[in-house]
Amino acid sequence: MKKFLSLALALCLAVSMAACGGSASSSAATSDTASAAVSGSAASAGAIKIGVSGPLTGSAAQYGEGVANGVQLAVEEINAMGGIQFEYRAEDDVADPESAVNAYNTLMDWGMQLFAGTVTSDACIAAAELANEDNVFMMTPSATAVEAIAYPNAFRMCFSDPNQGAASAQYIGDHQLATKVAVIYDSSSTYSSGIYENFAAAAADNGFEIVAAEAFTSDSNQDFSVQLQAAQSAGAELVFLPIYYSEASLILSQANTMGYAPQFFGCDGLDGILNAENFDTSLAEGVLLLTPYVPGVDEVTTEFTEKYTEKFGIAPNQFAANAYDVVYAMKAACEAAGVTADMSASDICDAILGVIGDVEISGVTGASISWDAESGEPNKEPRAVVIRDGAYTAPNDAADAQEAPAEDASSVAAESVSEAA
Amino acid sequence: MQFISYLINGISLGSVYAIIALGYTMVYGIAKMLNFAHGDVIMVGGYMVFIFMVNLGLPAIVSIVLAMAVCTVLGIVIETVAYRPLRGAPSLAVLITAIGVSYLLQNLALLIWGSTPKSFTSVVNMEPLRLAGGQLVITGESIVTIGVCIVVMVGLSLFINRTRMGRAMLAVSEDKGAAQLMGVNVNGTIMLTFAIGSALAAVAGALLCSSYPMLLPTTGSMPGIKAFVAAVFGGIGSVPGAMLGGILLGIIETLSKAYISTQLSDAIVFSVLIIVLLVKPTGILGKKISEKV
Amino acid sequence: MGLKNLGRTSRKNLVTYLIAVLAFVILEGMVLTGNISNMLEGQLVPICAYVIAAVSLNLTVGILGELSLGHAGFMSVGAFAGALFSVSMEDTITVTWLRFVLALIIGAVAAGAMGVLIGIPVLRLQGDYLAIVTLAFGEIIKNVLNAVYLGVDENGLHFSMKDSIALGLSENGKVLIKGAQGIVGTPRDSTFIWGFALVMLTLFIVLNLIKSRTGRAVMSIRDNRIAAESVGINITKYKMIAFSLSAALAGVAGVLYAHSFSSLVASKFDYNLSIQILVFVVLGGIGSIRGSMIAAAVLTVLPEMLRSFSEYRMLVYAIVLIVMMIFNQSPKMVEWRKRVFAGRLKGAGHNAAKKGGA
Repeated sequence: MKKFLSLALALCLAVSMAACGGSASSSAATSDTASAAVSGSAASAGAIKIGVSGPLTGSAAQYGEGVANGVQLAVEEINAMGGIQFEYRAEDDVADPESAVNAYNTLMDWGMQLFAGTVTSDACIAAAELANEDNVFMMTPSATAVEAIAYPNAFRMCFSDPNQGAASAQYIGDHQLATKVAVIYDSSSTYSSGIYENFAAAAADNGFEIVAAEAFTSDSNQDFSVQLQAAQSAGAELVFLPIYYSEASLILSQANTMGYAPQFFGCDGLDGILNAENFDTSLAEGVLLLTPYVPGVDEVTTEFTEKYTEKFGIAPNQFAANAYDVVYAMKAACEAAGVTADMSASDICDAILGVIGDVEISGVTGASISWDAESGEPNKEPRAVVIRDGAYTAPNDAADAQEAPAEDASSVAAESVSEAA
Repeated sequence: MQFISYLINGISLGSVYAIIALGYTMVYGIAKMLNFAHGDVIMVGGYMVFIFMVNLGLPAIVSIVLAMAVCTVLGIVIETVAYRPLRGAPSLAVLITAIGVSYLLQNLALLIWGSTPKSFTSVVNMEPLRLAGGQLVITGESIVTIGVCIVVMVGLSLFINRTRMGRAMLAVSEDKGAAQLMGVNVNGTIMLTFAIGSALAAVAGALLCSSYPMLLPTTGSMPGIKAFVAAVFGGIGSVPGAMLGGILLGIIETLSKAYISTQLSDAIVFSVLIIVLLVKPTGILGKKISEKV
Repeated sequence: MGLKNLGRTSRKNLVTYLIAVLAFVILEGMVLTGNISNMLEGQLVPICAYVIAAVSLNLTVGILGELSLGHAGFMSVGAFAGALFSVSMEDTITVTWLRFVLALIIGAVAAGAMGVLIGIPVLRLQGDYLAIVTLAFGEIIKNVLNAVYLGVDENGLHFSMKDSIALGLSENGKVLIKGAQGIVGTPRDSTFIWGFALVMLTLFIVLNLIKSRTGRAVMSIRDNRIAAESVGINITKYKMIAFSLSAALAGVAGVLYAHSFSSLVASKFDYNLSIQILVFVVLGGIGSIRGSMIAAAVLTVLPEMLRSFSEYRMLVYAIVLIVMMIFNQSPKMVEWRKRVFAGRLKGAGHNAAKKGGA
């Protein structure tokens, strides 16, 4: 019995080891068959290796997939331009710290020189610890927790939790959208509870009151009738949703059934709500959100959205947009620091840290993005958008955000960005 | 008024659990196995209805019937390939295999349909019922779910107690060996059970996704676990028990969210389960099993 | 495993220890000479934690004969208790080994106490119902830990079940447990050597328990509860001993696990993890401690080895799981193997598996 067990296991191992060996010596030919794992196009000696770690399976897979696709698109574009060449590899971490460490280590075995990860906060905190020990330059596209970039070698492309919470509160206060606000948030998610807490802390300063703070958990994220009723009976005029769009769309549809129609307000997690296949966009009519990535806001984003949709068959979400910008930021940093592919990860990190404060790029999540070399936070302007007729539009067209010029909105938010930084 | 409103919400949530629990309880009653993959068959049912109804534009009823057919085949395939070879093996081995099947279905769905959520169009085309000047709203989905649940429950009870095949199921659930000696085709009966359970899963998938219209490869897993708890709660193996357990679970969950804590509602639901099992170890409507010495 | 073949049992146990030592020496040698991949090196401590968890669950499932689906809950209690201690004492106790040993003791005691607490009601139930209640307990522990906020400032400890604002901390206060985000910044005190030492300790405790009078009493309950009761064995007492010891060892695994990553979240310890540990036990052979150890190690590395399948990774894992289960447990396969390898495989492992099946 046991001999058989070990035999069977050994066989499995042997098979997978052999497969591992095959991909480790990845020439351009074999890597093509290894599908998403390795970008085959420019795998040559002169390419700098970017490692990506994110949830490619499990319940958070859509976020990790967006990041992997965004990186792939950017790497292919950059390689086609000539000049600096990148090679990338995406590893699955199921949004779990332990798997993130495994993914990171696998990437290090592969010879990763720059780390574009991880996608989710808890996983990022664990991986950042190792990246710091190894002195690898990392820039996470989407981990929002403060602790995710606690080390000097860690940067991020998205806004942090405190930043988003405070900016949202300020936006609501400045535009006097409501005096009674309800929050529905996911208490089992680091992202959501992080934003909620900072939002709640900033409420009083911005002249509104939180009349209902209703949580839900990832184990019961389908029925929101209780939370909505609590918000309704507390008389909330605005419901703040610092959550991801899959749950938000359920909230919108259930509120609609109830006949409850407050102003809904969300953060970057809500972006993508219009992408869900077959979603009735009329439900999202009038939803306001503060996000760095707005499809179609200018030429760059329109072009990105088109290219991405053509390549992957679905519209990009903010994860994809942030990841796309991360690669371009890495390109700009590598160029500024004179990084070449034969340098070690640690040397690259030191070189980039010397220049990162001066790097500025124009990307799809901001016309001008630079970084605070100390904190690792990005300086870019969040854009307030409102959903009208199934499309994202600037809020000054909107009736419910009176006298709210877009410039005003973004400068307000930008202030808070620098404050948080 | 608010309390009644919460109660109604609880019943409509509970009726979704109930219809899933029916599938669990049938399979457990006859095959004596915890079919952890049941929740994922529901997810497949949801995707099937989505494909037939939204992508191919078929009417809701036709889509559900087609989805039932697909799920029935799926159920039979799973039973034949994964569970039948393990008949007679320790029940733990079957449990682990069921978990393997659950992983398999989830990851297949992820590969086929991708990770982006699909927004489900309700199969129920019925205006919500508004009572007491709009203060009480009962959605069409709840009414239909409860109705379907009752129909299925009565139908299943009649089938099990009145037909030859149903009695064969009862015989197999009592004693496999004796049933076989009496000329009952045990393998056939168990396969039939899986077929019915999986067809019900397709219906449950359609109703679950109509009430909560967001479809992901992981959609089935948590409602699956909760429905399983509901089945145990009502007395696993008992058809009316599954329905009672499901609805009670929904009500407890909603009321504890409303009056105690939204964060701890699951903890409260599971605590109630434990208390019920301690007082009545075979669930509310479960049969007392006498111990053989 | 009665008295008459004690010699044989001891020999078998010796082999089990030797396998562990040999694996340690080889791996440690690879680490010291730098011949190990980062991926494998990073997994050494988690492997040890899973081995301990699997061996301790085997105590419940294989030796006591009760199915538990909430083992991860005990791990999380140990992990949170131990990590909380280490985080709050990081500046006070600077001797790493002392801090870690104390964390281990605290984690083990907390998980063991939880085992007693849960064992009192749960062990009255049997079979699948016991399994469901343990699953429910695991979920309750996860759900509650997900909602706990704990902070400290000069006025002492602050506790809340709502959010960290409700803690009302002063300016220089520090949040220790932050709800869903759990504990951040646990000192990474656990090393492979610690992991190995704890694996050896667990093996020593469990293997000796099985050999002892207590262990035989526990196994007699498993094999025939009524017969055991009729010869005067105190069922509740022995069940409790086995169950709480199993919980305490799971707590040790939790502490070891928590101290190998800087971020610890309660949602990690959900029923999926409980089931994963159960898979180790079942595939390794119910009742076979050595089997649990090997299966835990191999199945932890396996998904990582499958990374080259990229998006098909979990699919392949699921198929491997089903195929291995059928291969190992299907009565027809067992018969076929017996026919082909006549007589050689009537080992104790298979008999124990038959007996242990709930």
